[in-house]
Amino acid sequence: MSIRERLSGNEAVAIAIRQINPDVMPAFPITPSTEIAQMVATYIANGQVNTEFIPVESEHSAMSAAIGAEAAGARSLTATSSCGLALMWEVLYVAASSRLPIAMAVVNRALSSPININCDHSDSMGARDAGWIQIYSENNQEVYDNFVQAYRIAEHPSVRLPIMICQDGFYTSHAVENMELLEDREIKDFVGEYAPESYLLNSRQPLSVGAYGLPAYYMEAKRSQLEALKNAKQVTLEVAEEFARLSGRNYGLFEAYRLEDADYAMVIIGSTAGTAKDAVDKLRAEGKKAGLLKIRLFRPFPGEEIAHALKNAGFIACMDRTESFNGQCGPLGAEVKSALFNARLMPEVINYVYGIGGRDVAVENITSVFEDLIRIEQTKDAGDRYRYLSLRE
Amino acid sequence: MAIDDVTKITETIAWTDITEGCKIEAAGNSRLFNTGEWRVDTPVFIKEKCTHCLLCVPVCPDSAIPVNNYKRADFDYEHCKGCGICAKACPVGAIEMKEGGK
Ligand code: SF4
Ligand code: SF4
Repeated sequence: MSIRERLSGNEAVAIAIRQINPDVMPAFPITPSTEIAQMVATYIANGQVNTEFIPVESEHSAMSAAIGAEAAGARSLTATSSCGLALMWEVLYVAASSRLPIAMAVVNRALSSPININCDHSDSMGARDAGWIQIYSENNQEVYDNFVQAYRIAEHPSVRLPIMICQDGFYTSHAVENMELLEDREIKDFVGEYAPESYLLNSRQPLSVGAYGLPAYYMEAKRSQLEALKNAKQVTLEVAEEFARLSGRNYGLFEAYRLEDADYAMVIIGSTAGTAKDAVDKLRAEGKKAGLLKIRLFRPFPGEEIAHALKNAGFIACMDRTESFNGQCGPLGAEVKSALFNARLMPEVINYVYGIGGRDVAVENITSVFEDLIRIEQTKDAGDRYRYLSLRE
Repeated sequence: MAIDDVTKITETIAWTDITEGCKIEAAGNSRLFNTGEWRVDTPVFIKEKCTHCLLCVPVCPDSAIPVNNYKRADFDYEHCKGCGICAKACPVGAIEMKEGGK
């Protein structure tokens, strides 16, 4: 039975955590993710969960404590944003390469400077190569559903990797929307008890974690880790299928919206996908074949599937909500273009930087991107293939 | 895959066989590695001066000073890194540092 509610994205994640009742949550507050830890602390104080909360002195410590707890055999998680995620940088790699299925609620926010507390994806995109699974959410319902599925993917025996469930700061984390929750019992049954195969507190089987890997071992270790990350793709689909049977809500590796016959396609991540769907509908009403591909799983990147979904589009806009300072593309643009190249597809791809530092993105702004694509088709002049959207000139 | 004996993880292991996260399902296996070969300075034990006070033992970061029956034995050079902490800790000058790893 689903429960109708009105919740913010942070509340939705906190409720998912309460329903999962994980073992250990070390956390350090940072806007806009602070509420998640605060609400979980309240559940603990009220006796609604028996999670051990560790108030740590920094995000580096939060991730380190989560690593220690997870290695000991406890289901662990934390929540963070922006500079907090950046401070975890070093230990993010340790969590992934030690194959510890920690879950992290990431509430996306810009990195300093200038100091800015608003939404963009520079934090989690900076951490995209740390070996974590990354799943992005468009709205409150999705971030709840994604968090409920997180441990099932991360803890799967063929995966055992940490997972970030990302939502857009403020747009999703603080805006209240109608949504549906599942019953506590349904979530408990779906997520299940954590039963790690090997863990430090197992007195019957001593274990060493964090071994030194000389050049003779390091490459084999990384290749083996990559295999686990690649396995996460199939597991994400299997878990989504099971979740659909429970909730009636369907998830895949990405969402294709009016994409099948689209000449002009937009690839986007996060809350702006909702705005973009409006723009697509408007253009369709005018007879313009616009379509959308919204990323859900970014790590591992489902390149083959995405290239296949984009095969009919001649003009593609890749929307990056971060600046990657290489001078030619953003992280999403780079992934999509290499996926298309590997599939021997050569559409025109224009890469936009949009909405960074919380710059508003309205339907008109998104529509202007599609209009750019149409103009490029007509004039056969792509112009600058890496550009900023809604920049004052 | 669980490898309970670390000696099975060798420099010829394939990536498909290496343990998950390089975890080793055994404890105390650092003893199996001759890390003493990294040493650039070497402590020398002067047995005649030693009072067996054992002050040097707990300060060694590598547990490279064996104790048998409350008596301090000669260095475990397979694991001693030559840091010299024990020489500083010894109150009677029974440990001298000499240059070189041998
Ligand atoms: S030199 Fe350092 S490593 Fe070697 S025995 Fe003394 S304290 Fe231990
Ligand atoms: S500190 Fe010096 S005297 Fe004491 S046990 Fe060690 S070597 Fe011997």
